[in-house]
Amino acid sequence: MTALFGIFLLTLLVITAVGIVRARNLFTAVMLTGIFSLLMAANFFILDAADVALTEAAIGAGISTVLLLGALALTPARERPTKSGRWLALTVVALNALVVVYATFEKPRLGDPNAPVHQHVAPWYLEETPKLIDIPNVVTAVLGSYRAYDTLGEVIVVLTAGIGVLFLLGLPGAVGKRRPEDLAQGRTYLSHHLVPQVVGRLVVPFILLFALYVQFHGEYGPGGGFQAGAIFAAGIILYALIEGEREALTLISPRLLMVLMSGGALLYGGVGIVNMLLGGNFLEYSVLAADPVKGQQWGIIAIELGVGITVAGVLLAIYHAFAARGR
Amino acid sequence: MELLGLFNYWVFAVLLMVGFYAVIAKPNMIKKLLGLAIFQAAVFLLYITMDKVEGGTAPIIQAGVDAIYSNPLPQVLILTAIVVGISTTALGLALVVRIHEAYGTIEEDETQQKDLEA
Repeated sequence: MTALFGIFLLTLLVITAVGIVRARNLFTAVMLTGIFSLLMAANFFILDAADVALTEAAIGAGISTVLLLGALALTPARERPTKSGRWLALTVVALNALVVVYATFEKPRLGDPNAPVHQHVAPWYLEETPKLIDIPNVVTAVLGSYRAYDTLGEVIVVLTAGIGVLFLLGLPGAVGKRRPEDLAQGRTYLSHHLVPQVVGRLVVPFILLFALYVQFHGEYGPGGGFQAGAIFAAGIILYALIEGEREALTLISPRLLMVLMSGGALLYGGVGIVNMLLGGNFLEYSVLAADPVKGQQWGIIAIELGVGITVAGVLLAIYHAFAARGR
Repeated sequence: MELLGLFNYWVFAVLLMVGFYAVIAKPNMIKKLLGLAIFQAAVFLLYITMDKVEGGTAPIIQAGVDAIYSNPLPQVLILTAIVVGISTTALGLALVVRIHEAYGTIEEDETQQKDLEA
């Protein structure tokens, strides 16, 4: 039954992708990407990847759609029709698809427990996590502790992308002495519409509360810094859409956003430095407490907080940069 | 029925190529970025497909329950990749916005034409 449902979702996914590519109106294409992401999240969920599904739903279906709409507000919304090179491209793509499909016949079947991917480090992670770290969510354990260097790198990439967007588009008020009140000139989006405003006001506090839950419950259930940061940013973006840019920028000023962006990454790196000062290796949390297992837990909570702060800061800064460019 | 176990991989191949087609055949830069996002999503699907174990459940260990857990490693890789993906897409969109301000168009052939004329 699950397999049938999976095939149904995957077929819808392909149809949506073709729709995105074919749509002449870019607004249509962007709306379809939202649907695409939601279908993808559902797919991840039935493939047992609860954490990934949560991330995809928050990022793909939520924030990415808003960012694309923000960019579309600044660029033409219609694609110019073109015919040149179409058949050549189609031939190349079809041949490539055939090669990739041919290669899949060598792949292990879906769910095969003897697949090579399940033989390497994964069984070790599943067996040792209860002893070494003692938190139920193995995904968080791998992300926060075993592969902490990797995650630090990803956080730096997110920070770098955020800095790049701010260099390209600028964020008024991030440096200098402008008051946040006169930045956005009362620009509002949905505040004239009664229904979104009433509903939005009701749900925003719960979205923020849920973000905090996802952040601090990430060791026990699906969740963690990446998801929580995205959900928090989504909550504030919804607030900005219904109350106006000015209110959102007064709530979290551009300067504070800069501090959040870099502060989270610094917190993450700082935990590593503290470990070194205490005599361990960089990001070896065991030295943080007398009991190594407790030390691991403290370390993971601290770095997840850093991840959440940076992700929320970067996504909000990017959103405000696009919104501010529109004036 | 045996071949049905490969359906996920076929969808991966098709999505990969649908995204690739948008990147190479569409001159519109936003369309190219959307194609890139589809391409990226296809790779995510490939990884997450590999994590599934028959009869398994999400890798959140419940004490005293003898369950089969799916592989946590591909999930970690893709979880971070999704967030990095949106950040890089945003960077691409920022570039497109600046290109539109400089050239007045976001169609690739037109910007190249303007470069030649200048």
